[in-house]
Amino acid sequence: MNLLELYNLKKYFATQKAVDDVSFGIQQGDIFGLLGPNGAGKTTLLRMITGIFYPDSGSINFNGKPFNTLKDAEKIGYMPEERGLYKKMKIGEQAIYLARLKGLSTADATEKVKHWFSKLEMQSWWNKKVEDLSKGMSQKLQFVTTVVHDPKLIILDEPFSGLDPVNANLIKEEIFNLAKNGSTIIFSTHRMEQVEEICNHIVLMNKGKKILDGTVNGVKQEFKENIYQLKAAMLPEHLMTDVFEVVKLNNNQLLLKLLHESKPNDVLQYFIQKNIQVESFTEVLPTLNDIFIRQVEGTETARTFQHIN
Amino acid sequence: MSKIGLIIGREYFTRVKKKSFLITTILVPLVIMGFYAIIVAVAMKGNSSDSKQRIGIIDEAGIFSDTAIKNIDTAKYKIVTGETEETFVKKYKDQGLFGFLYIPKFNLNKPDGIVMHSQSSVGLSRTMAIESMVSKAVFLKRLQILGIDPEKYKDIDATVSVQSTIDTKDGSKKSIAGLAYIVSFACGILIYMMMIIYGTQVMRGVTEEKTNRIAEVVVSSVKPFELMMGKIVGIGLVGLTQFAIWIILVGILQSLLPLFMPDMMQQMGGDGATAVKSGIMAQVSEGLSTLPLLKIGFLFIFYFIFGYLTYASLFAAVGSVVSEDQQEAQQLVFPILMPIILGFVIMTRAIDAPDSSMAVFGSLFPLTSPVVMMGRVTYAIPIWQIAVSAILLIGTFLLLTWLTAKIYRTGILMYGKKPSWKEMMKWAFRKQ
Repeated sequence: MNLLELYNLKKYFATQKAVDDVSFGIQQGDIFGLLGPNGAGKTTLLRMITGIFYPDSGSINFNGKPFNTLKDAEKIGYMPEERGLYKKMKIGEQAIYLARLKGLSTADATEKVKHWFSKLEMQSWWNKKVEDLSKGMSQKLQFVTTVVHDPKLIILDEPFSGLDPVNANLIKEEIFNLAKNGSTIIFSTHRMEQVEEICNHIVLMNKGKKILDGTVNGVKQEFKENIYQLKAAMLPEHLMTDVFEVVKLNNNQLLLKLLHESKPNDVLQYFIQKNIQVESFTEVLPTLNDIFIRQVEGTETARTFQHIN
Repeated sequence: MSKIGLIIGREYFTRVKKKSFLITTILVPLVIMGFYAIIVAVAMKGNSSDSKQRIGIIDEAGIFSDTAIKNIDTAKYKIVTGETEETFVKKYKDQGLFGFLYIPKFNLNKPDGIVMHSQSSVGLSRTMAIESMVSKAVFLKRLQILGIDPEKYKDIDATVSVQSTIDTKDGSKKSIAGLAYIVSFACGILIYMMMIIYGTQVMRGVTEEKTNRIAEVVVSSVKPFELMMGKIVGIGLVGLTQFAIWIILVGILQSLLPLFMPDMMQQMGGDGATAVKSGIMAQVSEGLSTLPLLKIGFLFIFYFIFGYLTYASLFAAVGSVVSEDQQEAQQLVFPILMPIILGFVIMTRAIDAPDSSMAVFGSLFPLTSPVVMMGRVTYAIPIWQIAVSAILLIGTFLLLTWLTAKIYRTGILMYGKKPSWKEMMKWAFRKQ
């Protein structure tokens, strides 16, 4: 079942079509990646999903019903890209305050905050102020305040920026746990390697429009270029064939691209006929990074200001 | 609306729990009072220690030499004879004199050329004392020339004081004009200061939330309007708390004063002093009882609350559109401060002329009425004027809050360049 469904969302600003007719659905329990270059409209889209902005047109369904800003806000946890916390407020107090804003009672909020603090080894911070924390520490705190009320939908905008590898892993584990327990997670990022590692469903946006939608594997299959890597004991200098063309040859490693209708077996056959010992043969799928760059390439890197009537 | 309650609670308690709140609330009035106490003490002490060093007088005009007129306090002054101004300049210091007064021969109708010589500058009170002494001597000399007996003159000299009485339904009462003036002025200046101080706090708070990006987190849980009103109300409550503490402090000080006062009374010396003092006390309390205190208190609270709310929403809107840059904020705050300052100026006039057309206009116009009305509060204000003023103020508050909330909602999520006035107007009047 889709937890979240967007239909033809539009949000125009004075000089920008920030989000221009975007539709997609996110399944319950998905770890969903929302990708796109800077200024693609990701933040605007997320703000509509969190109820901060009203869409100009289009609709949002949450949990099968039309999105109700006030009621559903309590089921969403949002961690914006630019971290936001009260600098002068004590950390424990602040976490409880933010949890209560999400509709928890004081007792519930206290219990859950304590639970998360001990889980992430933050108990000693309770009476410190945010201004005493390092960037990574406040990142962890922000994460806790985002998930403390057990939201059905967790929206994380660049959650790992500023975290060292140890803490990044800690948070990553928690994200997997949350998804396992039924929470749906939306990631907004332009760090592709994280997306490949974590997400199972991605949407790529550019200039306010959705340009790609699918599972990580599906997208990779869609954009594969029939490139294979082959390792052999000895490779001749010149490989003349119409089965494949050589992309790159490096000692005993060969990167090749299938030509025409050829199949991987044709390649193996070719080498077997030549009596060359093949050590390994694997398909090379494009990285999301490649796909991202290819899709976005050619468009202006920064959005220009348009006139909108 | 438990969430707006939460926000109000946070805004209120984080401010009230701060050390700086206690310091400004309790220490500032104490410091001001202490300051006055020191001034009074210095003034009192000054009177007694003034005459440690005497002043010589070279009296060529002969206004002091007449033995019939004994008006020289020899503890303070010493008549010097057989010296001229030039010769005595070199000597007076060795004779242990603070300085000397040179009175040349002059026409009694046009006494001038009197010079005070001294090593250091002469204090204002001493100068005034010398001037009055010489004036009196000249005056007595003139009486003598006209053949009027000074004693007789004293008998026929008259001073009258006018007792002002206010006729109300409950009968006539004595009033003290000065007291009404002070009460009006104090109320006006309090509202004026509170609107600026707490309005600025609202603005700072909003800007802080915006630049910390906490606003984005919070408005994903509550409506921006709730966040804005929560902040405004929370800070307003801090202001009311401060008033309450001040009132309690004044009460405590008043009950403690008699414990310290008897001592001071005795220092002031003379049995007359206590009598005068208790006379003043009685006059003040009698004067206070003539003022419509309940009405003043009610109007003060009303105009404080709605004046504050009206301006706080404007300050919040400004806070939401600026970034850390303080200069940007100052530019935008200026148009808001103008009517407050204008109100203050009109208020000072309204105290003197409470029924002038300017005072009436100022107390009806909603952007100045909270301050100006305080200038008229001790006088009888026609009930229709209060009603119109109150309705206009509440209406303005509602309208401005509605408009500024829309600027606020857009502003707190916009980063980067400060929007132009035109853009802000567009936000304010947008439908949605």
